[in-house]
Amino acid sequence: MHLAAWPVFLPLIAGFITLFAKAKGLLWQRVINLLTVLGLIILSIVLIKESSAGSIHVYLLGNWVAPFGIVLVLDQLSALMVAVTSLLALAALAYAMATDTDAEGAHFHVMFLILLFGLNGAFLTGDLFNLFVFFEVLLLASYGLLLHGGGSLRAKAGLHYVIINMFGATLFLFAVGTLYGIVGTLNIADMAAKVAVLPEQDLGIIAAAGLLLLVVFGMKAALFPLYLWMPIAYSNASAPVAAMFAIMTKVGLYAIVRVHGTVFGDGAGELANFYIPWLLGMGMLTMMLAAFAVMATKRLREQVAYLVLASVALLLISVGLANHLALSASFYYLIHSTLVAGGLFLLADIISRGRGSFDDRLESGNAMPSAILIGVMFMFGIVAITGIPPLSGFFGKVLILSASLDHQWSGLVLGVVLVASFLMIITMARTGSTLFYNVLPITEKNVKSTNHELANSDSINVSSSSISSRISTIAVISLFAMSPLLVLFAQPITAFTESAAKQQFNSKNYIESVLSKRAIESEKN
Amino acid sequence: MEWLLALVIGVLTATGVYLTLRMRTFPVVMGLTLLAYGVNVFLFAMGRLTIGYPAVIDPAAQAYSDPLPQALVLTAIVIAFGMTAFLIVLALKARGELGNDHVDGLDLGKDELPLEKNNLEKEQQQRSKSIPQENKQ
Repeated sequence: MHLAAWPVFLPLIAGFITLFAKAKGLLWQRVINLLTVLGLIILSIVLIKESSAGSIHVYLLGNWVAPFGIVLVLDQLSALMVAVTSLLALAALAYAMATDTDAEGAHFHVMFLILLFGLNGAFLTGDLFNLFVFFEVLLLASYGLLLHGGGSLRAKAGLHYVIINMFGATLFLFAVGTLYGIVGTLNIADMAAKVAVLPEQDLGIIAAAGLLLLVVFGMKAALFPLYLWMPIAYSNASAPVAAMFAIMTKVGLYAIVRVHGTVFGDGAGELANFYIPWLLGMGMLTMMLAAFAVMATKRLREQVAYLVLASVALLLISVGLANHLALSASFYYLIHSTLVAGGLFLLADIISRGRGSFDDRLESGNAMPSAILIGVMFMFGIVAITGIPPLSGFFGKVLILSASLDHQWSGLVLGVVLVASFLMIITMARTGSTLFYNVLPITEKNVKSTNHELANSDSINVSSSSISSRISTIAVISLFAMSPLLVLFAQPITAFTESAAKQQFNSKNYIESVLSKRAIESEKN
Repeated sequence: MEWLLALVIGVLTATGVYLTLRMRTFPVVMGLTLLAYGVNVFLFAMGRLTIGYPAVIDPAAQAYSDPLPQALVLTAIVIAFGMTAFLIVLALKARGELGNDHVDGLDLGKDELPLEKNNLEKEQQQRSKSIPQENKQ
């Protein structure tokens, strides 16, 4: 069974092929990329089916037994993350092709596939140093994607993004080195088993290394005070790339759940859950600041970036509640927020294209073409992401808040989440009315300038513009359609997330499955 | 020997952090490079300092040095090298696009004054230069 290895190596191999297919033209690259992403979706359905029985699949790379070799571990959480990633990737890719974003610079498809390779690898690996390597792979691909298309704003945002992530990589190595120096292993399962029986004089240094690791993952997940790079990078990336970045903050969150949840989980003896108060407190601060920032920004893309930040903060809070109901709720909310946020980034791009020279600035501009359809989509997306019933944002928030009721900080959590959501609802209502209702009165001059702008922007491909706008609209709608689907199929989905959360909390099972995996004997007959 | 190694790691890291906080891109690149050096030595030391022992199994050996940190350092060096190369190219690109090498793309004077203040002073200097010229005329 090579099941756990496929989602990692399929995009890598396809990435190399795409690199060589460049000579054949963009169409070949598009076809290969699309086929790969479709393959990943099929693969992730198989993965979810395989893992939903509750067993943990362990794949020994090079047939080396854990803890000596590197292992890939497929459990329900990994399968879920891979599935969400490939769904998002399909929509982002469709949008990139429809709007010709991929033609703006070289190697968009190669970097896209390598990003998928890094993401899937990070979700599936069971080794801390291997996690570092996959982080670097996905970051390097994301640097290229962020800069894709060029421009001075992107260069500036990219510079900040690269520098902070290189610094993060150094911190990661310091933390990993310290852990290895004391515990003597890099395998997450083996590390969890050894941390549980740590001698007393080593507790302090392991706790320090654990918190250093939390800083690194917090940097990726945009935890306060390490989130300042995030809105700049996200709002300056091209739309499909920004949509793909919606999953990148979740990688940090996943790493916290996986590494800290396993190594410093309930079974860790003295150090059990020592990082939790940090996560919860900083998560609440992040959420509040994100809500204020949503109110303060003057551009739609930045606003969406801060909405993503708020959703990540809510996820961090809910992981910080440290019970399996809250963790299950956070998995549910993670599916919702990733897909809807990706859709919102795409929609923000459609809106700013439609507004011509007014771009995405939040001031009254000209009425955009097909404003009713776009407006309805915008309202739908905002209802979903701010958590107004009946869509999945509301559902996820209810699940998280009801899981927080038994917690000793429940009052504070409820207050922060509700106030922040309220502020965001008001602000986004204001944004919607600015963009769609308070348009400039139609005068001849306005109409002329709008027509002129439209003529300019569409002069390159007039014939294909209707098809391309239709495909890009479909990409957004299909992402948003996940929201009502999440509500309609809430029962099976929450059943799955609950069993994933239970599996994550049962770290003994994880440790045993990884360490007891035997190498495959060579077949002589 | 251990104190020397600890000192080296400390100095490399401290210098690296200091340079990373500078405002021009070149010192930042240097800082990140020094940080990468520091962390590489640190990783190396995490296998404990041993002298003269083999890393690979040898029946005659009395003890072994840990081979894993060496593999980790090798990986870390390669990654840091690649990233630094990328960052240098990006810094050059940003220098070209933004017209200066400030990390925020601001054009600051040599005395590192804030933008508006500096412009005001430049204008004043220009005025003060131009006035005597007019007087001479």
